[in-house]
Amino acid sequence: MRSVAASGKVVPVLFGLACLAAAVALIEGLIRAGLINRFIVPLPSEVGRSFERIIFEENVLMRLLVTCGEALMASLLLTVVGISLGVLLHRLKLLRLATETWIAAMASAPLVLMYPLFLVIFGRSAWTIIMIAFIAALPPVILKTLEGLSSTRPVLINVGRSFKLTPSQLYWKILFPAALPSIFVGVRLGMIFALINIVGVEFLINLGGLGQLVNELAERYDTPGTYAAICFVILVSVMFFIATERIEKWLRPGS
Amino acid sequence: MAATGELTARRTAPRFAPGQVTLLRVALIAAIVVIWEAVAASGLLFRDVVPSLAKIGRQLIELLLHPNYLLKVELMFGLSFDVPIPEFYRHLWITVWEIATALVIGGSAGLLIGLVLGANPFLSQAFERFLYYLGPTPKIIFFPIMIMWFGVGPGSKVAMGTISCFFPIVLSTAAGMRQVEPVLIRVGRSFRANTWQMVTKIYLPAMREPIVNGVRLGLGVAVIGTLLAETKLSNRGIGFMIMDAYNTFDMPSMYAVLIVLFVVAIGANALVARASRR
Repeated sequence: MRSVAASGKVVPVLFGLACLAAAVALIEGLIRAGLINRFIVPLPSEVGRSFERIIFEENVLMRLLVTCGEALMASLLLTVVGISLGVLLHRLKLLRLATETWIAAMASAPLVLMYPLFLVIFGRSAWTIIMIAFIAALPPVILKTLEGLSSTRPVLINVGRSFKLTPSQLYWKILFPAALPSIFVGVRLGMIFALINIVGVEFLINLGGLGQLVNELAERYDTPGTYAAICFVILVSVMFFIATERIEKWLRPGS
Repeated sequence: MAATGELTARRTAPRFAPGQVTLLRVALIAAIVVIWEAVAASGLLFRDVVPSLAKIGRQLIELLLHPNYLLKVELMFGLSFDVPIPEFYRHLWITVWEIATALVIGGSAGLLIGLVLGANPFLSQAFERFLYYLGPTPKIIFFPIMIMWFGVGPGSKVAMGTISCFFPIVLSTAAGMRQVEPVLIRVGRSFRANTWQMVTKIYLPAMREPIVNGVRLGLGVAVIGTLLAETKLSNRGIGFMIMDAYNTFDMPSMYAVLIVLFVVAIGANALVARASRR
């Protein structure tokens, strides 16, 4: 039965991949036939060959490390500040009532548009990229931490109180572990926003890792290289997304 | 039992007087204003990096009320006249037009493809995975390609907004369609509704909430995609105004434009959210 179910899932996936391959082959054919301008859309085969060039000549792995370093720093800031603020708002109910709508409004504001302001404050440095990613991704971490702590089942809190746990023990032994899956959802969302904003700002200010590579290749009119670099960035983003998704599933096995 | 009673009593949320929350909000705003003014007056940062609130306020009034642009209004028979307006509204109009066009194109495509994927499990398994994983990728890096395809004018900004808003709308629509209650579908079929009637009378009304949520998310990312593209390469629009203020180091103007932008974006988001709850 399982093999039948598995094959039932494999066929559509193979069909999807086959369609993707067919679309790439069709584009290759249309360009070779002269129906699509190859100066605007390069040959997919040429893009494929450009991967080797961007890996060895454009030092893409080093750039990946730079982007990862910035993402790591922003994620650390996000985790520490976001969770701390979430805990603080959970403990101080009045402060929460006064500011929760402000934080939710911040989450819907296009904060990344403040990057020129950050350029003035921090200069054209990695700190501009890290800080804008941190600020833009902070609201979901605070809100999800708050949500996780507030939705802890009352029976768990009652068990802790029946054991006469101190408020600090109640936090560390009951509330925090129970809220951890929801907190991780927030941290994951924050990390994804941070990575998107980091690559975006790198591209916009032409500084740093992978985003800068795309910008540089585009400015050199290296069209196959630009397409290859974009594919590489997408690949990295998708892998990051899948890795964090796996961790989230591991933390919430029932979901 | 006594212990349980005590626990229940302790668990109840603390109640605050209605004025307390407002009072705290006013106190917080006052504290922010005082800290801001102190930093502005201290000279710790370069001049105007943190300008005084009075300067920002003046710039805000200038931005919104000072008529420094002549808008040519064309009438019939070749007649026209000039109306002086603040130039900000010209830029705002261009950005709003780009975002609205992007939302119409990306939203229609997202809705259509979402309906197809939601209705067909085979196609959903074949393609939805790609859309799901492509959704959270940085779209702005597609901007060089969009410039090559659509030029340096508004076309490339509309394209950026379109690819930004397409993903949340298609994924919300597909998920929403799968959540439509089977009894509603059976009612439609028992009335022998054709495909068009099923979509317009059964599916779309039942999916209003996920679709509006998708549009809300799409609007947010379309605003970001369009404006970031404007900051990178343009000579009009709100994104251009931000970069123009940056290039001339006119920080009060930059703050004023950012404040108006955030108010408009948060307001638009709240309006769409209200529509989903109605």
